[in-house]
Amino acid sequence: MVILDHIQKIFYRNTPNENQVLNNLSLKVEDGDFITVIGSNGAGKSTMLNVVAGVHPVDSGRILLDGIDITHLPEFKRAAFIGRVFQDPMLGTSPSMTIEENLSMAYARPNNMTLCWGLDFQRRKIFKDYLKNIPLGLENRLSTKVKLLSGGQRQALTLIMATMKKPKLLLLDEHTAALDPKTAQMVNSLTEEIVQKNNITTIMVTHNLEHAIKMGNRLIMMHKGQIVMDLSGEEKSTMTIPRLLNKFEQLQGEKFAEDRVMLA
Amino acid sequence: MLQNLLLNSLEQGMVYGIMALGVYITFKILKFSDLTVDGSFPLGAAIAAALIVGGYHPFFATLAALLAGALAGCITGILNTKAGISDLLSGILTMTSLYSINLRIMGRPNTPLLNQPTIYSVIDTFVKGIWPAFPSKHVYLIFFIIFALLIKFIVDAFLKTQMGFALRATGDNPQMIRSQGVNTDLAKIIGLVISNSLVALSGALVAQYLGFADAGMGVGTIVAGLASVIIGDTLLGGRTVFISTLGVLFGSFLYRFSISLVLSFRLAQASDLKLFTAIVVVIALTAPQIKQALKLRIKGCDSYGNS
Ligand SMILES: Nc1ncnc2c1ncn2[C@@H]1O[C@H](COP(=O)(O)OP(=O)(O)O)[C@@H](O)[C@H]1O
Ligand SMILES: [Mg+2]
Repeated sequence: MVILDHIQKIFYRNTPNENQVLNNLSLKVEDGDFITVIGSNGAGKSTMLNVVAGVHPVDSGRILLDGIDITHLPEFKRAAFIGRVFQDPMLGTSPSMTIEENLSMAYARPNNMTLCWGLDFQRRKIFKDYLKNIPLGLENRLSTKVKLLSGGQRQALTLIMATMKKPKLLLLDEHTAALDPKTAQMVNSLTEEIVQKNNITTIMVTHNLEHAIKMGNRLIMMHKGQIVMDLSGEEKSTMTIPRLLNKFEQLQGEKFAEDRVMLA
Repeated sequence: MLQNLLLNSLEQGMVYGIMALGVYITFKILKFSDLTVDGSFPLGAAIAAALIVGGYHPFFATLAALLAGALAGCITGILNTKAGISDLLSGILTMTSLYSINLRIMGRPNTPLLNQPTIYSVIDTFVKGIWPAFPSKHVYLIFFIIFALLIKFIVDAFLKTQMGFALRATGDNPQMIRSQGVNTDLAKIIGLVISNSLVALSGALVAQYLGFADAGMGVGTIVAGLASVIIGDTLLGGRTVFISTLGVLFGSFLYRFSISLVLSFRLAQASDLKLFTAIVVVIALTAPQIKQALKLRIKGCDSYGNS
C-alpha cells in the first residue's frame, strides 16, 4: 500500500516565480490497484509521480510504502521497489548499450554495483525467452544497440525493464503519448498484460480519456495539484468520455470565473 | 631510421596509452570532462620518483603512485557530486592543487632517477637471470606492450561487469540508471578513481622510463590523452568496448608517431609540440564533420552529373 499524506510541492519557493504544483495532495493506493490519472496540462500529474519516485523532495507531507516512511529516501534507493516508464522514449533506456545490456541492468536491480559479469549464457537465455513472449521480434536482436530501435520498441523495452524485477509500484507517465496510435495500442496491451499477470500496483498518467476509462480499476482526475475526482467500481466503468469532458469544462470554467473576479 | 621511429613511437604510445585509457573512461564512458589528468600524471611521476630516491622498491613506488592517483580522482569526484562544482572546474581545482602538492612531494621541481633502480632494471635483471641472451634494449618495448594490453583487457573486463554497465549507463543516461537503483554520484566517483589511477600509473612508468620526474611534465597530458581517444575512435569506431579500447592504444601510438615524424623531419621544434597536439585534436574532432561535408559534396556532384 502506498500513501501520499498531505503532500505540498512548491517550485521556485520564495521567488517571484513561486509555483505551487502539489497542493495538500493525499492519495491512498491499495495493493493491486491500477489507477489511471487524467488532468489538464500543468495539473501536477508528472510532478506527483516524480515526488513518489524521489526525483524531487517534497516541501511537506509524507510518503509511505507498506507502512515505511520513504519521504527522504533518495531516488536510486526507491528504485529497489519502484519501476518507471517515462513519456520520452529516450529516457528509459541507455541508447548506446545493447538490448541485452539494458536488460541486464534491470535484471540486476537494485544490485547494480557488483563485479559480477553483466551477461552470461544463462542470462542471455532468460532474456531471449522473456522477449519471445512479446510480439516485437527483439528476441533475435539481443546485441543490437537500443538507439537503433523505434520509439515503440524502446517503450516496450523500458516497460519490460521496469517490471522484470516485480516492483511494488509501477509509475507510467503518458508512456504511449509519443507513439503513433497503432504502436500506442500495442504498448498499452502489453502494459495491461504485464500488470495483470504479475498483479503490479500501478499508477498510469494518460491524456487519452478512453484508455483512462477502459484500463485499470480506478480513475482519478487532478486539477491544480489536487485530486478532484476519484472513481472506482461501477462509477468508473459507467463513466463516459463526454461526462469527463464536461467535468473538465466545469473546472476550466471555475478558472475563467476566478479570472473574471480577478479582473473585476 | 623509420623502423627506429616506429619502435620508439610504439614504446611511447603504449606507456602513454595507459594514461589515454584513463582518459577514455572519463571522457567516453562517463562523458565527464576531467582535467585532473594534468595533475595526476605528474603526481604519479613525483610519488614514484620520490619513493625510489628514498630507497623504496620500484614496484612499491609504482603501486603507491597508482593509489595517489585514485585519491586525486576521488577528490575531483567529491567536488563535483557532493559540492556541486561543475566537472571542468572540479578537475581544474584538483589539478591546480596537485601542482603545489607535487612540488612538496619532490621537494624541488625536478627529481632525476639516474643510477636508481627502476621497474625496468628490476625486470631486466630478472629476465636476464632466466634468459641471458635477452635483448635489454627492448625491455621497454616488450614490457610496455604487454602491460598496456594487460590494462586494456582489465578495463574491457571491468566494463563488462554489472558495475561497468552502471558506469556506462551513467554516462549515457543517468536518469535511466538511477531508476534502476544506481547511485550515479558513486558511479562517477568510481570512474574518476579508476581513470586517475591509470593516469598516475602511466606517470610513474614514464618517470622511470625517462629517468626523471618533473613538476611541469603534466602540461598537456589531457590533450594528448584526448587526441589518442579521438584518433582511435575516428579510425576504429566504437562498436564494442574491445574495439574502442584497442582504438585508444592505437590512437596513442599514431599520435606519438606523428609527433616523432614532425620532430625528426624538423618540421617543428620540441617547444612547438603543445601547439601541434592541440591542432591534431582539433583536426581529429572535426574529422567526422569534414568527412560528412566531403560526402555531401561528392553526392551533390553525382546527382548533378547524372541529371
Ligand atoms: N522540475 C521542475 N522545475 C520547475 N517547475 C516544474 C518542474 N516540473 C514541473 N514543473 C511545473 O509544475 C507544473 C506542473 O507540471 P507537471 O507536473 O509536469 O504537469 P502535468 O504532468 O500534469 O502536465 C508546471 O507548471 C510545470 O512548469
Ligand atoms: Mg506530465
